[in-house]
Amino acid sequence: MNQKEALTEYLLRLADSDMILGQRLCELCGKAPALEEEMALMNVALDLVGQARNWYEYAADLIDDGRDADKLAYRRDAHDYRNLLLTEQPNEDYAVTMGRQFFFDVWHYFTLKSLVNASDERVAGIAAKALKEVTYHLRRSSEWVKRLGDGTEESHRRMQDAVDILWRFTGELITPDETDQLMAEAGIGPDPEQLKEDWRGLVKEVLQEATLTPQPDDAWMYMGGKRGEHTEHLGFILAEMQFLQRAYPDATTW
Amino acid sequence: MPQHGDSDNRSAVDILIASDRVPANARPDLLTEDDIWALLDEVKDPEVPAVSVVELGIVRAVHWDGKELSIDVTPTYSGCPATELIEELIAEALRAAGFRDPKINQVLTPAWTTDWITDEGKEKLRAFGIAPPEGSSSKMSLLGEPEVIACPHCGSKDTERVSEFGSTACKALYRCKECLEPFDYFKCI
Repeated sequence: MNQKEALTEYLLRLADSDMILGQRLCELCGKAPALEEEMALMNVALDLVGQARNWYEYAADLIDDGRDADKLAYRRDAHDYRNLLLTEQPNEDYAVTMGRQFFFDVWHYFTLKSLVNASDERVAGIAAKALKEVTYHLRRSSEWVKRLGDGTEESHRRMQDAVDILWRFTGELITPDETDQLMAEAGIGPDPEQLKEDWRGLVKEVLQEATLTPQPDDAWMYMGGKRGEHTEHLGFILAEMQFLQRAYPDATTW
Repeated sequence: MPQHGDSDNRSAVDILIASDRVPANARPDLLTEDDIWALLDEVKDPEVPAVSVVELGIVRAVHWDGKELSIDVTPTYSGCPATELIEELIAEALRAAGFRDPKINQVLTPAWTTDWITDEGKEKLRAFGIAPPEGSSSKMSLLGEPEVIACPHCGSKDTERVSEFGSTACKALYRCKECLEPFDYFKCI
């Protein structure tokens, strides 16, 4: 794998994770537990889809085979998707929705914080914009984890359940593979060891304040999203998300 | 395209209509870059029609050499749905002034910050009922307590945040405990 191939792969991972989590959040449109929560969820989703578009556009320029951002998002199948498994997990109850968001936001925040200083100017530019938005996402999701964890008996139980259910998908966030290593060496991606330390540090700090117990660092982890091996959920997400583009390819009037 | 029908937004719609009849005697070659900035200052933000795209800091640069015109614009948020519309409104305003083929470039770097909203823009936001961003974006804390936001209606600082996210990506939702009115806060980024 040369550096251009690694960068393309890396951009698709960022784009796909943003896109799939954005799509997951949109499922709550019209169904959120409170109006303010609905607006917040959709705002976060909008940020993520906007960021996905920026990453897809860059990836499309590198791939240079005539596909644009829309085609990368709507015409690739599950095995071509490179999103983190965490992002495709179902919304379930609000503790799971917020727990998923929190684990992702911490990873997203530290990843972007590093990408802001990437040797690649375009990556740094997109990241600088996204980082401002994601700082708000993280502030909100960490507040929810604390509120639910350190709340009533039921909210605590549910939030702890969410941590236990989702923990197995977090190893992938901080376990580097060849692409991550190449990106770090190229001065683009974050240093994997630093990312791992930052992620674990902040997650544990917030969980502690929330009176929640993390699972052990060496717990068994599901991995594979970054190489296109997904849980059963992704196919269903894509079936809904891509329906229109698949049914009416290249339609220009909606 | 939103059809609010309020007077603040009419100028943008007027520009759209006017663009169908580019004045034959328009002499854009006589205009300076300052004239073009003034022209763009008439283009209002479709979501926040109280302020112009110049006052919001969306227009980053005007390049005009007497023949070719290009404008650099930057989106406020990665996913701001008004971005395309704003670019269209700017192009229409320029065509209405006689520029045949204005180029609109989207630039992401440096990333837009609320620090670029002009003082006049901030005052207009407040008068419109939106609390303008407080302080500098560089001082925003990751997990800390939010700043004190004054109510744009009564000026009281006894306010509380209802939600970090409001009616659009750029706003948060607050409530004044003094006059009891809810309000939008243009959040600092």
